[in-house]
Amino acid sequence: MATRTTTQHVTTATAQSGTQKPTHPMPGALVVERTGPLALVQDAGRFGCRHLGVTQGGALDWISLGWANWLLGNAPDAAGIEIAIGGLALKAERTLRLAIAGADLGATRDGEPLAANGSFTLERGQVLAFDQPRAGLRAYLALPGGLEAAPFMGSLSTVAREQLGGLDGRGGALRVGDRLMAASPAPQGDEQARELPSSLPPMPADDTVLELVTGAQIAHFDGASLFAAFNQPWQVDSRADRMGVRLTGPVLRCQSGGMVSEGIPLGAVQVPPDGQPIILLNDRQTIGGYPRLGALSPIACARLGQCAPGTTIRLSPVTPHQARTRYLRQLALWR
Amino acid sequence: MSQSLSPRLETVGMDALIVRLFDAIDEAHMPWILAADNALRERLGEALIDLVPSYTTLLVHYDIEQLSQLEARRLIQQALHGLKPASTAAGREHRIPVWYDDSVGPELARIAERLGVDSDEIVRRHTSRDYCAFALGFSPGYAFMGMIEEALATPRLKTPRQKVAAGSVGIAERQTAIYSMRSPGGWNILGRTAVKLFDRDRDEISLFRPGDRVRFEPISREAFIEQGGDTTPLEER
Repeated sequence: MATRTTTQHVTTATAQSGTQKPTHPMPGALVVERTGPLALVQDAGRFGCRHLGVTQGGALDWISLGWANWLLGNAPDAAGIEIAIGGLALKAERTLRLAIAGADLGATRDGEPLAANGSFTLERGQVLAFDQPRAGLRAYLALPGGLEAAPFMGSLSTVAREQLGGLDGRGGALRVGDRLMAASPAPQGDEQARELPSSLPPMPADDTVLELVTGAQIAHFDGASLFAAFNQPWQVDSRADRMGVRLTGPVLRCQSGGMVSEGIPLGAVQVPPDGQPIILLNDRQTIGGYPRLGALSPIACARLGQCAPGTTIRLSPVTPHQARTRYLRQLALWR
Repeated sequence: MSQSLSPRLETVGMDALIVRLFDAIDEAHMPWILAADNALRERLGEALIDLVPSYTTLLVHYDIEQLSQLEARRLIQQALHGLKPASTAAGREHRIPVWYDDSVGPELARIAERLGVDSDEIVRRHTSRDYCAFALGFSPGYAFMGMIEEALATPRLKTPRQKVAAGSVGIAERQTAIYSMRSPGGWNILGRTAVKLFDRDRDEISLFRPGDRVRFEPISREAFIEQGGDTTPLEER
């Protein structure tokens, strides 16, 4: 999902293997000094390969990755680092401009606090460190021109389950000693002056409204379940990862049980027999057979990626047209 | 089988539609699914982001910057108008050598016992027909294939294994599949192949594509080793 304006689409199984090396390696920019639970290379994801069972991957909060990139004048889908929960520390091998956006993970530069959203210069030898979540779950780090590494099927996105993407090309998270390369020595043009608009929504708190594009299968659910789905609060469960997020709340009843497996779009809200929905995100399996209410809009998926377990959310039905209007408006902000 | 279809188009997301052609699993449906796959790829062209054919449906993920859902529906309807099933030779054929053995296929003996036959008979039956790759999913390059003969049909393991070796050949209900990478799994494992289903360093990254036909061939332990097979026994559950 996210912006695909510069994403290369792979339309055949034979296109582009991941064996080639970057053609213009820049001198090392950042070295990983300490890692947290999960710091992953992510871009907009892998496309044109779903029919081969290869999932999408990509930044869960693609909006925050987009803003981090925008701050440096990068394409919104340039590869960066998705830092979940915190714990990461990076040392600059040369002076360079960086940007962060998304969750407030208590970022510091040589111990001095940094704003959770903004660009800054990291001098050679200085350390950028992320502590732990204060608001949201995932921060995004952008490098000038984007992170440079060898793509697989048009993307650097790390998918651990598929052993694809990332710096090692095998789906691994960042490890101590890894070197991050930037595609450009410095941001292009006037970007040093860029600041995020003050009108951006804060990280989601309780009662966050997530828009859901209702799907045709909604007709299989009984009326009371549908009323509950859109009028009662849901709680984000601790069973949540890059594949999907479970919600707990009213039990939803569906007349059709298991179905023949079919393709699953991003944000699909599937309801297994226990009646508790699972929202399928970027690393989901590509096909599945549970009935679905519909799919969260891409903007709602990005918000959900920042919701800590225990957060209460509400689902709000929208049409594809409404969701598209808001999505295109988001993309327009980066042009 | 009627020679015309009335596909249903269902909204499934902001930028995705399901084309529903059938309601039940049947090998006879695949020529239609393949024909629809070709027609949709051609008609949507650059506006297509992903197309996921499965047993009875195709998921169309289109470029929201190029098309509204109304426009996508119109293009899909045009693509499917007057659709004719693809020739049965549309998919490619694969012969997959398999070492059927209790050490790498712990359910071989159990299924033989249930049917009151020896393991060789199970192997003979599993290798006696061509299977159709209905859909890829679960993991990259993993193809859901069928149908195996009714008597062999076996429910999934009650407790899935934590780790199933890559190349493991399994059955579940009336379907068969090969694990494309080491992963958890609940299928009944009969043997192992040395063939790599998903290989990033190969031109054809995924060996199988939806609509391909697959025939298994029994080979000896020696031949399996010669092909580079890993003889490490499958972990117990």
